[in-house]
Amino acid sequence: MGSPFSINGGACVAMVGKDCVAIACDLRLGMQALTVSNNFPKIFPYGDVYLGLTGLATDVSTVSDLFRYKVNMYRLREERPISPQTMANLVSSTLYERRFGPYFVSPVVAGINHTTGKPFICGFDSIGCIDFAKDFIVSGTASDQLFGTCEGLWEPDLAPEDLFETVSQALLNAVDRDALSGWGAHVYIIEKDKVTKRLLKGRQD
Amino acid sequence: MPGFDFSNHNRNAALHAQGVPLPKATSTGTTIVGCIYDGGVVIAADTRATSGPIVADKNCEKLHYIAPQIWCAGAGTAADTEFTTAIISSNLELHALSTGRKPRVVTCMTMLKQHLFRYQGHIGAYLVVAGVDPTGAHLFTVHAHGSTDKLPYVTMGSGSLAAMSVFETQWKSALSKDDAVKLCADAIQAGIFNDLGSGSNVDVCVITAEKTTLMRNYITPNVRESKARNYRFKRGTTAVLNEKVITREEISKYVTVHELDEQSVAGVGEVMDVDS
Amino acid sequence: MASVFAGAPPNGAPGYSFAQTPTAAPAGIREHSFYPYTDNGGSTLGISGADFSILAGDTRSTSGYSINTRYAPKLFKIGGEGPESKGARIVLSVVGFAADGEALKERLDTIVKMYKYQHGKPMSVAACAQRLSHILYGKRFFPYYVTAILGGLDEEGKGALYSYDPVGSYEREQCRAAGAAASLIMPFLDNQVNFKNQYIPGSGEGHALQQRVPEPLPRKDVEELVKDAFTSAVERHIEVGDGLQMMIITKDGIEEIYEELKKD
Repeated sequence: MGSPFSINGGACVAMVGKDCVAIACDLRLGMQALTVSNNFPKIFPYGDVYLGLTGLATDVSTVSDLFRYKVNMYRLREERPISPQTMANLVSSTLYERRFGPYFVSPVVAGINHTTGKPFICGFDSIGCIDFAKDFIVSGTASDQLFGTCEGLWEPDLAPEDLFETVSQALLNAVDRDALSGWGAHVYIIEKDKVTKRLLKGRQD
Repeated sequence: MPGFDFSNHNRNAALHAQGVPLPKATSTGTTIVGCIYDGGVVIAADTRATSGPIVADKNCEKLHYIAPQIWCAGAGTAADTEFTTAIISSNLELHALSTGRKPRVVTCMTMLKQHLFRYQGHIGAYLVVAGVDPTGAHLFTVHAHGSTDKLPYVTMGSGSLAAMSVFETQWKSALSKDDAVKLCADAIQAGIFNDLGSGSNVDVCVITAEKTTLMRNYITPNVRESKARNYRFKRGTTAVLNEKVITREEISKYVTVHELDEQSVAGVGEVMDVDS
Repeated sequence: MASVFAGAPPNGAPGYSFAQTPTAAPAGIREHSFYPYTDNGGSTLGISGADFSILAGDTRSTSGYSINTRYAPKLFKIGGEGPESKGARIVLSVVGFAADGEALKERLDTIVKMYKYQHGKPMSVAACAQRLSHILYGKRFFPYYVTAILGGLDEEGKGALYSYDPVGSYEREQCRAAGAAASLIMPFLDNQVNFKNQYIPGSGEGHALQQRVPEPLPRKDVEELVKDAFTSAVERHIEVGDGLQMMIITKDGIEEIYEELKKD
């Protein structure tokens, strides 16, 4: 058996633009080389904050449900929506609590902080170390490929429409060079007052 | 409630017994240094975080706050250095509150070593602890197994040999503040350029009896040059099969599930049969 | 957890933890072994155009977390005269185990020269490409631990590029990246050279959109793409850096360009 991170496959990427952020994922769910489903999204919206989860599918489901619970509890207790920064620290401490028995996931957080109005993205390793990036965050079995495409295609201050093209091309071309990712993609473009969710046409092989 | 949760441990141990490798954590394959001078102490670090041969973060912070006049540079497993310094910072604050005195560097070092020794090296934090307290300026190293050292100049991490070569050739007693900062920055740069695990920028922290100065990105010798070509795509380059706009008003107060109507999209594959 | 010691120097050098490095040999039966290969890191890439081929490689040589040298060429002119390889029309790039790369280059160079002396005409790229495949397969069970890319001009004067695996499987391609950062560079090249996943805006809706058709790129564009591919790889791969060596093969000969890359 391979690494738990590469049994089911999958990829996720987040990018910062001008007053907007993008988060995108592929749709494949596999068991080793066999594709089981082409409709397994890895991005979970929690109100204003978006969480991308790649890794072991069972843990992706478990962790996404756990954070749905935690974010709802936060809202009930605080009577305000969770900010992306708070979400990042919540994810970090939740993962580090399981330091010696981790969830096999590589999370990505994206959103706009509605107090400051500033875009925010960050990524984590499976034990909760936060990677604060000003440009982009990648995760999943196509992470090497995504690093290559993002580093090559990304530029600062992209408008929402341009950011959509850049993030989509970065993801699509990366997953086409990874046998364990692909089969379509979801892209969220998050702006101050609206979110646009798009389904991309991708190779079905 | 406090402490670690081991509930996934049995599952993961069973997987490991079947030959499944353990997860790869972000590691700060790092260069960190520290140096005492007349009137204070300086610590410095590079800013590269790696995951295997890939650079995960080009500009991470390896200088951690413990107390206003005690700071820590961390190498090893990134999450461990982050959380170990955070918990000791928290406990040291409580300790300072209950004693009504400024925290001491030895106290911090002792708390760190006792915490790390308890976990027998499984918490992979390798630290340089530095600070000024009523007893003077101090500099320590703490290893993951709990051993400590007290020296006038120290280096740690994968770039420790490169950095130490600078200290061993250039260090002298009775350094001025500027000399100490220059020496530490040079040692970090030796690590940045000669050790593949280290890279990007130099962070420096100077602690004196009066104040602490954190100089984030003190030297930036590795700025990326601008690209030769422009990679902005024409709008409409990507093929979109479905689009849904959600306005902020529509984002419901509590978390619900939004799904695209994919049955209307041709060629995406049939909808799965799911047990209800 | 493995990650705990991920910060320690690899290749069995003393780690941070004394528990990691055994000081005494274990008792009982001992097995001695010798692993003849090392990974020297680095990356190469090749792109062929209408009337030229470009090969490029970084010049860093590594072992573990150390840099052996900041200038070790991975590109070699094949079949030229004298130490300057005058009159060569074929370039070989090798990445992987540097010593095997050097040995492979020497063998191929000799063969191409012998061909010229025996037949009184230079070897064609197609013939050289097949010969290289045979050399690699000849060591099927003790391979040259390298990924090779061979570049030149075909008999019609078009850019020709052949890529190999370590045991001689080969294919003529438009572009190929090899080595440590191949996984980073290749999808970028797919997108920018072959226009993969790019459609013509406004040419239809959904599935009816027209795919952008790739055409051979002009030399200036390709040179810029190569530079950007490498500066990107340098940012994210620790084994790539120091210098970029490029060779451009045209009907007028081989032009060599060297540029600096980041050294951290």
